[in-house]
Amino acid sequence: MEETKGRIRKMMIILSKATLENVYAAFVLANGARMEGIEAEMFFTFFGLEAIHKKKLEHLHVATVGNPAMHMPTMLGGLPGMEALATSMMKKEMEKIDMPDVHEFLEILKASGVKLWACKLAMDMFHYQREDLIDDLDGVLTVGDFYHQGSGEGTHMLFV
Amino acid sequence: MDKTIAGKTIRVNEEGFMTDFSQWDKAVGESLAAEANITLTPRHWEVLGYLQSEYKNNVALSIRKVGKSGVVDIKEFYALFPTAPLKTAAKIAGIPKPASCI
Repeated sequence: MEETKGRIRKMMIILSKATLENVYAAFVLANGARMEGIEAEMFFTFFGLEAIHKKKLEHLHVATVGNPAMHMPTMLGGLPGMEALATSMMKKEMEKIDMPDVHEFLEILKASGVKLWACKLAMDMFHYQREDLIDDLDGVLTVGDFYHQGSGEGTHMLFV
Repeated sequence: MDKTIAGKTIRVNEEGFMTDFSQWDKAVGESLAAEANITLTPRHWEVLGYLQSEYKNNVALSIRKVGKSGVVDIKEFYALFPTAPLKTAAKIAGIPKPASCI
């Protein structure tokens, strides 16, 4: 704190979920850091890996069950087609506010200098190979490697 | 508040963004760039010109929009204005700070 006078120098953002609202939250935080001249690195673990999985990243959904902010009865949220409906509504709203889709957002993050890392343990668990994940990935790391990436003053970590 | 730059008095807000674009000229732009440790090249000027024309057309600026402009891609934008490109470029261009999260 003394050395950086409280200035945030780097954001380390861990994404562990694949629901659209969580993926976007993590992406906006990482991109927003770069826009302010703050370094940013992302660690994709557990279901978060789907956001960088070539075949899955374009099919992420909004959660309609167990999400009180949807303002619909849980039973209704579980009906077939409900997630798809909520997702398409959310995507329309996002386009209106100039929010890119997941694929384009990843390209923006990469072009902005955000480092993208996959979690080795989660990859092993889901039996993902490196080639299943986007080409822009900076590498596959252990949690220890990721902490090492965040060493130095003024680094903050966020878990989504 | 008033600020003297390139031998001219300009009005800026508390963050250093110009509040009256009519006071901007290339010499002011050069001096504001020097304050941000940036030496302006022809590429910088092309980008600054694009930002100013978008501002004049009341287009809200975002990193995504700049990247899709055909003037500069996001990677080069960050290379030209390394720290906080949209904010830094807007400040040099004499236009308000873009209120964008993307």
